[in-house]
Amino acid sequence: MARYGLVIDLDYCIGCYNCQIACKDEHVGNEFAPVAKSQPTFDHFWVGIEEVERNYSDSRIEVTYIPTLSQSKNLLDVAKDGEVYERPDGIVIIDPEKAAGKKELLDACPSGRVYWNEEANVAQKCTFCAHLLDSGWTEPRCVQSCPTSCMIFGDRDDPNSEISKALANGTAQPYNPNETDPSVHYIGLPSPVVSGTVILGDCDECADGAVVTLLDKGGAIANQSTDCFGDFLFKDLDVGKYKVKVEKDGYESNIAEIEVESDVTQLGDIILH
Amino acid sequence: MTYSTEGEQRFVNCTLAGPVEVFVRDGKIVRVLPLEYKEDDAPPWTIEARGKTFTRPGKVGISCWVQGSKQMVYSKERLLSPLKRVDFDPDGERNPQNRGISGYEEISWDEALDIFAKETIRIRKKYGPSAVAVTGSSHDSWGNIGYRMSALDRFWNILGCTWIDHSPESWEGFFWGAIHAWGFHWRLGQAPAYDLLEDTFKNTEMIVFWSSDPTTTSGDYAWNETDAWRFHMKKLGIKFVFIDPFCNYTAVLDGDKWIKPKPGTDTTLALAIAHTWMTEGTYDKEYVETRTHGFEKWADYVLGKEDGVAKTPKWAEEISGVKARDILALAREWGAKTTTLAPGGRAGMSNAGRAAYGHEYTRMMVLLCAMQGLGKPGVNVYSTTGGAPADWDFYFPGYADGGISGGSSGAIELGPRGFPDKGTSSQIRQRVARSVFPEAVMNPPVTWRGVYGYYGQSAEQQFTECKFPFDGYSEIKMLFRQGSSYIGTMTDSNRWVNMYRHPNMEFAVNQTIYNEPEARMADLVFPVCTNFERWDIGEWARISGYSRHLSPTNARVIVLQQKCIEPLGESKPDYEIFAMLAKKLGIEERFTEGRTDFEWAKRMYEISDLPKVTNWEDFREKGYYVVPVPEDYVGKPAFRWFAEGRPKDTDDWGPGLKDNPTLDGKGLSTPTQKIEFEAQTLKRFDPNDEERPLVPKYIPSWEGTETEDLLKKYPLQLITPHPRFTFHSQHDGKDLWNEEIPHQRRLKDGYRYTVMRMHPDDAAERDLKDGDLARVYNDRGTALSIITITPRMVKGVIHSYGSGGGYDPQGDSPGDADNIDRGGTMNLLTSSRWISKNCPGMAPNSCLAEIEKWEGAE
Repeated sequence: MARYGLVIDLDYCIGCYNCQIACKDEHVGNEFAPVAKSQPTFDHFWVGIEEVERNYSDSRIEVTYIPTLSQSKNLLDVAKDGEVYERPDGIVIIDPEKAAGKKELLDACPSGRVYWNEEANVAQKCTFCAHLLDSGWTEPRCVQSCPTSCMIFGDRDDPNSEISKALANGTAQPYNPNETDPSVHYIGLPSPVVSGTVILGDCDECADGAVVTLLDKGGAIANQSTDCFGDFLFKDLDVGKYKVKVEKDGYESNIAEIEVESDVTQLGDIILH
Repeated sequence: MTYSTEGEQRFVNCTLAGPVEVFVRDGKIVRVLPLEYKEDDAPPWTIEARGKTFTRPGKVGISCWVQGSKQMVYSKERLLSPLKRVDFDPDGERNPQNRGISGYEEISWDEALDIFAKETIRIRKKYGPSAVAVTGSSHDSWGNIGYRMSALDRFWNILGCTWIDHSPESWEGFFWGAIHAWGFHWRLGQAPAYDLLEDTFKNTEMIVFWSSDPTTTSGDYAWNETDAWRFHMKKLGIKFVFIDPFCNYTAVLDGDKWIKPKPGTDTTLALAIAHTWMTEGTYDKEYVETRTHGFEKWADYVLGKEDGVAKTPKWAEEISGVKARDILALAREWGAKTTTLAPGGRAGMSNAGRAAYGHEYTRMMVLLCAMQGLGKPGVNVYSTTGGAPADWDFYFPGYADGGISGGSSGAIELGPRGFPDKGTSSQIRQRVARSVFPEAVMNPPVTWRGVYGYYGQSAEQQFTECKFPFDGYSEIKMLFRQGSSYIGTMTDSNRWVNMYRHPNMEFAVNQTIYNEPEARMADLVFPVCTNFERWDIGEWARISGYSRHLSPTNARVIVLQQKCIEPLGESKPDYEIFAMLAKKLGIEERFTEGRTDFEWAKRMYEISDLPKVTNWEDFREKGYYVVPVPEDYVGKPAFRWFAEGRPKDTDDWGPGLKDNPTLDGKGLSTPTQKIEFEAQTLKRFDPNDEERPLVPKYIPSWEGTETEDLLKKYPLQLITPHPRFTFHSQHDGKDLWNEEIPHQRRLKDGYRYTVMRMHPDDAAERDLKDGDLARVYNDRGTALSIITITPRMVKGVIHSYGSGGGYDPQGDSPGDADNIDRGGTMNLLTSSRWISKNCPGMAPNSCLAEIEKWEGAE
């Protein structure tokens, strides 16, 4: 028996929204007993996209698109009468019959991707398209529709599966760090960055090729050369205190102490004299 | 009970953005999937470059709105019956003043055909056939048989009408400008992209995306096909710099630098870059010497010898708002690194080119690349859309080859193959440009230049002065529209509203899929079915004609577009509607040649190269064919022959003998056969045209940062680029799933409003918060929108998509400047003024407006 999971590599997500709409295409107007009743035409996003817009600097903005869905086992804790169950393959299903009227399920998943179907009087969410997997399909609709194949679906127990390989390198994390036994993991979740621009004070030109070193208590942890615009950007940092040293031949070095918070630390223009 | 898809029928179809598989149960669509290539399809190609391999993806990258096709088919906005405006009486009161206000009643097809035939004959008798104006909307539904250049053209060519000609709206600047620098009139000013994907992978160090957002405009019909290429380019270490007042959708994925000039000032940056290269000597002098003409004339202007103003980075900073040191840094990097320039999807769908004097920007784009050796390895004009390996020797036509009409832009190859049996062409010489059409109806005469019939035969065609009406021909009394997009896509859209409500317009017919803006202005409405409800045939993304060999896809996929379900309600295929109209008018045989749409599709299969590789039964069953790339494929990158001084080695349609006085195949189609800094075509036309001078210059916009009085009243620059989450008006305002995407529309109090993006400071000055409703207005129009506040805008600039499909006028005065459109049609605000006085192309990105919070009607 497979144990299904999903890894989403956010570095390749272009925010096209095909996953969100493929889910609607599958579930709106189609009823797949016993897994799910049909989805209302609008306002349900069993897979939806959260966007993190990060202003790295005055001249660089990055958007991370994060497709989120509910396969959380937290739902099992709330369900007292078997209205939510975990299949042997690990897929968490809201039983559309037993869960009738149980609005408390809406708040039970940290993803926020559990929706109320007024007409069917039931909470609904992602099923990993279990009805298709049961008839021989290898992936849910959202995954099939992804143009960059940034979503990897498969059997986490099969060491040769693409998803096992993606999980093996250790960088994939659940969106919610407190989730128990998560089946959805992400590569490339936003992490702290430090940015700045080095300018030559004597001629008001961008400092191409200035050496920027990032140090923590133990010494240098990273260094890079500024690009033609004098820009530098350190990604994937841990929160904490650092020093940033900027050096260029013919100019005085500049050292600043900085506190890196959880998001973006903009050092702005650093002028060398 | 386990659900099984085994009991479902499977079909293949092709959409405006990719081939799909369609699952049907009990005559209803269950699901639509992007096509995945199968084991027996052509194997993927690979490109090896810099130690890394790129392999063609295993499936098609469709758009979100194609993924939402099922909802398009079953939308509550579908027209399911012929309609007649309730107070339109062809034998009595026509009440044109009530168009857009009064309602509609369902009528039978018999009644609809009767009214059409009676009115058409009456108007033809009274005024002559030229009183009927006809045009279709671009990108209606995919398929070479049903497309507007095919069935619509054939029907009305036979009957006779005054055709309304479109200008190259999506790349105006390249048509009116770049043609005079590098030729390519047969491509309407855009350049080819032969094998530039491999060239870029192998050689390019930096790409400057100038007013360019390829993940949005991708190259029209390919949509999400090219993102994988750019991810690979980043892996190869290629630096991406974006120049755009909006930190666009590609920039926020891949960008290393965002440079943000005020709209209309791009040319100052280009001039400052050239100034840097000229003064520091960092340009390809040998190339400029041997491959270009008139450099010194431009240098005189750039360096200030001509007008006393040196176009330095500091000068550019004053005008554009971009720091001089950033311009200088970009110029030096560009001069030092192997750089490709990407000026908009395909090769030119930039905002900067669709603005006042946009031709100056496009000429400078060409000239900057020329200064760095355009065509040398890694140096090109290439928007990372197109140019994948492809076997173009395998023949299958594109839509611009004209389909069953036998006419249109370039039926050079289709006709000789015997398709159709008898071609058609317009026998009425009178035509009118779309950009002046409302005025032509309401207040003739009108004049314009260049846009007349197919204008891709020479650069000089665009100088021809045209007037409407032609001597002795009729004014316009009837309009036949296939599609319904112009109140949304045309600048100063209220002109179109007022034209529809004008008494000169005696009869207006609309043939379209949805209850959409122009349909709500017509007297008679013919309901059309979608491409899932009829037969057709087409190659994915294939335009051909004026866009020869330029498909931004990873594979050539030729699709027999299988009829998946019966047409909904009383809707019918476009082709069938024309066949019914033809029968009614007694010209059925001439129109159909005895063929159904299915039989035309089979006929197109027969005259193509498909029979060499698959028999009809197999093709009909499988539904598609992937054209393989030969194993020994060798790329011939665009412009390489020119850069190396060789005769042209690509199978492009030009330069032809008529363009090339020396017959050696070596030059471009410009008069000097070189890239022209000083345009010889313009010199012959009007050497004193200050709005399009012989060497390209910075000319302040007629509505922008330097129109000071207007700026006091309307301090915000509105830009309206091509949309990312719909294909123009077609998938907007129709109760579709893509309208739930918060970049397209946002839900507030039960209504989905068009999104307006603005800088936090601009919002704060107006006490606007994210999610507030706001009225955006100027002297031409008023629209409601919902505010999205984002640092992705440069201060002073607001951004909304330029082709809304949800025109929803409030009150009983549609067409008035202060009539509020709740649907957020931003082209109500844009100016209909031409790019420049001799260039009647649209310039929607030169628009000033103001915004205020909207708290409902008083």
